[in-house]
Amino acid sequence: MTEPIDLTLDVNGRSYQVRVEPRRTLADTLRDDCGLTGTHLGCEHGVCGACTVLADGLPVRSCLMFAVQCEGMELRTVEGLAEDGRLHPMQQAFWENHGLQCGFCTPGFLMLAVGYLEQHPDPDEEELRAVLSSNLCRCTGYQNILKAVRQAAADMRR
Amino acid sequence: MTYIGGSVHRIEDTALLRGEARFAADLSFPGQLHMRVVRSPVACGRLLGVDASGAASLPGVEAVWTSADVADVPPIDFRMTRTPGLEPYRQPILAEGMVRYVGEPAAVVMADDAYTAEDAAGLVFLDIEELDPVLDPVRGGGRAVEAAVLEKGYGDVEAAFEGAAEVVEMELAVGRHSGVPMETRGALARYDPMTAAIEMFGAAKVPHYNRSAIASMLGIPAARVVLREGCVGGGFGIRGELYPEDVLVCLAAWRLGRPVRWVEDRREHLMAANHSRDQVHRIRAAVDPDGWVRGVEDEFWLDQGAYVRTHAVTVADLTASLVPGPYVWPAYRVRGRVRLTNKTPCGTYRAPGRYEGSFVRERLMDVIARRLGLDPAEVRRRNLIPAGDMPYDRGVDALGSSVVYDSGDYEALLDRVLEYLDYEQLSDGLAERRAAGESVGIGFGYFIEKSGLGPFDGVRVTVDEAGQAVIVTGVSSVGQGVETALAQICADHLGVPLEAVRVRCGQTDDLPYGMGSFASRVTVMTGSAVLIAARRVREKALDAAAPVLEAAVGDLTVEAGRVFVKGSPDGPGVTLAELARRLRPGAGPAAGDGEDDREPGLTAEGWFEAAHMTYPYGLHTAVAAVDRDTGEVRVERFVVAYDIGRAVNPGLVDGQIVGGAAQGIGGALLEEFVYDEAGQPLAVGFMDYLMPTLHEMPPVEVLLSEDAPSPLNPLGVKGAGEGGITAAGAAVANAVADALGRPEGITRLPIRPDLVRRLADG
Repeated sequence: MTEPIDLTLDVNGRSYQVRVEPRRTLADTLRDDCGLTGTHLGCEHGVCGACTVLADGLPVRSCLMFAVQCEGMELRTVEGLAEDGRLHPMQQAFWENHGLQCGFCTPGFLMLAVGYLEQHPDPDEEELRAVLSSNLCRCTGYQNILKAVRQAAADMRR
Repeated sequence: MTYIGGSVHRIEDTALLRGEARFAADLSFPGQLHMRVVRSPVACGRLLGVDASGAASLPGVEAVWTSADVADVPPIDFRMTRTPGLEPYRQPILAEGMVRYVGEPAAVVMADDAYTAEDAAGLVFLDIEELDPVLDPVRGGGRAVEAAVLEKGYGDVEAAFEGAAEVVEMELAVGRHSGVPMETRGALARYDPMTAAIEMFGAAKVPHYNRSAIASMLGIPAARVVLREGCVGGGFGIRGELYPEDVLVCLAAWRLGRPVRWVEDRREHLMAANHSRDQVHRIRAAVDPDGWVRGVEDEFWLDQGAYVRTHAVTVADLTASLVPGPYVWPAYRVRGRVRLTNKTPCGTYRAPGRYEGSFVRERLMDVIARRLGLDPAEVRRRNLIPAGDMPYDRGVDALGSSVVYDSGDYEALLDRVLEYLDYEQLSDGLAERRAAGESVGIGFGYFIEKSGLGPFDGVRVTVDEAGQAVIVTGVSSVGQGVETALAQICADHLGVPLEAVRVRCGQTDDLPYGMGSFASRVTVMTGSAVLIAARRVREKALDAAAPVLEAAVGDLTVEAGRVFVKGSPDGPGVTLAELARRLRPGAGPAAGDGEDDREPGLTAEGWFEAAHMTYPYGLHTAVAAVDRDTGEVRVERFVVAYDIGRAVNPGLVDGQIVGGAAQGIGGALLEEFVYDEAGQPLAVGFMDYLMPTLHEMPPVEVLLSEDAPSPLNPLGVKGAGEGGITAAGAAVANAVADALGRPEGITRLPIRPDLVRRLADG
């Protein structure tokens, strides 16, 4: 089971041929084998959520998945949010509301919020607070993240 | 003047939002090795030997080092607050003969791949004869080594206690917390044989100091070490101090001739990077019946952990100096004992010494009020230093210079908060809820912060031939918005649009000198240097423009990157870009042979020096509800009033305050590095070191005040980075004590549910 395996991963609509050990996490594979270092590792035990990506539309902790589990899935990372050079409404809202400071947790929050809002476009306040409590930020105190996601939810519904 | 004072959006955000920013772990070089540290699994023991044979024989392993391989490298020296006698307690980069805390580096493995390096590290056998650890610095049975004792004070303490109507005495403690930034530590070093220089990426906070320290430890000139800062995932005091791993990475890249990369995991971070806080205070106050504090005596113990790291006794020094805070307290004496235990070594964490000292002082003031049957806000008011006494010489020193509060109207801020809260009505409302059976309370925490630590900082501002202004500075950016704040100052004082300003931080080969990002100093020190440099560039531009526009220098102005005659923006003008071209070498009016005595380019340096710090001040107010059955504390409201003299960017200041408040509330209710009786750390993951999520956070209300500009710098600013956290623990503790109707019940942070339940049960 330690022999490397050849895989094709579909990330942000592009296909990546990688050769990885079965134990290699999705996060390490995205970062080191696909060169997509926007996905960050904050704890590697599934608590902080900095490594959140979308797998078939659902937010997942990429540190808790193995790359070999993801063949055939449609993966999305922070690098895939902006289109034609234009920031995604979620990115724009984070910028306008000062929803980031050091920016390390930001990709995880962006993917968490985008993934949730795509499935639940009109969440109430309590729901939004519960969802955003999945991830950790050490800089902002969350207030501006909440504000940004609220604004983006409205923008994404338009 | 258009940008300073405005909440402009940050200029550094785009790459961060797109996932294109490069943090230390995002960098790679071809042929790089991965370093993995083998750490002590026990708190205390004799290191009899290291068997690396299993690890060394694993395919892909390049080298395994123990202390014998780095015996020529001295231990890590002190960056600040050096006091005599501390040298024996410095940490070696790999444990020698003894291991002294769980997580101490004892060996390193270098391998082709990070997974292989970790596999190999697991095969290194440390032969350790375990010894009983010392874990209690106060009651350690006399075994805790006392590394330093600090004594400070002023006034006649004996006389204050003689004839005092009331003496209030308490033992108060703050647990072990740390900054815990979301990015763990990491570094990547490579050696360039052409220049014989070592280059290390992943620097932060104090790159220039660390460059010189690494060079000195490796026995080479400072010019042969270059430190580079990329994006940094949070500072908070812990990040960027010189750690054993930084030196090992540089040494390995040099010796092995291959790039060496090290990225720690979270478990390592929580057991090996600096811890902080962890103080026990025994404090007593002599009080008059009207609540006037005649004098205070404090003795405290700081659990330093196993070694004295780069900060030496900084935290104890700041604690001792700033316990009196905003109050007159005519007599004060303090003794701080820095003691060693078998735990992770301590350094600074946002508001070092002030979070602890504010908790102690503000709990004491509350208990004084309750004992005398007075209102806590009123007792505070009676003891505040009057505005008319500013500047106020505190009578003690901190970090080697005398503490002189530069400006402030403490009572006005208290009044503003009470009015904002509608204090009487709020108190009545809480009383009604209590009468209806709820456990709710209110707590204050008044505090003095310190900021703008010198002695200097400098920048170079250059406008290039495309009209772009670049600020080059020796300070670093750890994610707090340095680039934007400096760009705002530059844009205003140079006369260019904000979009035309770029900032380059943290590269030691850009400028020969730099101090760094700590002690809420960047806006004060570097901001002032930017103002000076921008004005010089502006003067240079006006001088160069005068002959072009055939006008006197005094009649010209710069706006939006263009020089023109004042009052005639639509008249003839010349752009800064054009002036930069005219200031090229060889482009002077008297171009010819030989030496050109003009300094070419539209560029200037600005240096700012400060012998004294500036002292912002603020008041935290918490309203908390307690669940008497579960012991859960719910902070319902959290109000931070903070006077920082002048806000360059109120939006960023607000962000600093709210983020600080979250950490302060975490420290008050959730966060603690707990050890078991064998010295094993129990909080080595985020399941056990609990940081607040959005769920635990109340809405934070920020009252930004600009009543008292600092007279010590040309901008009038005071640092804003720490005041969000400073008295947060104090305010929450006072609110919980009030909610439980047990004014003296809360004596320790964090306030755990089991304690709340015990107090609730009476």
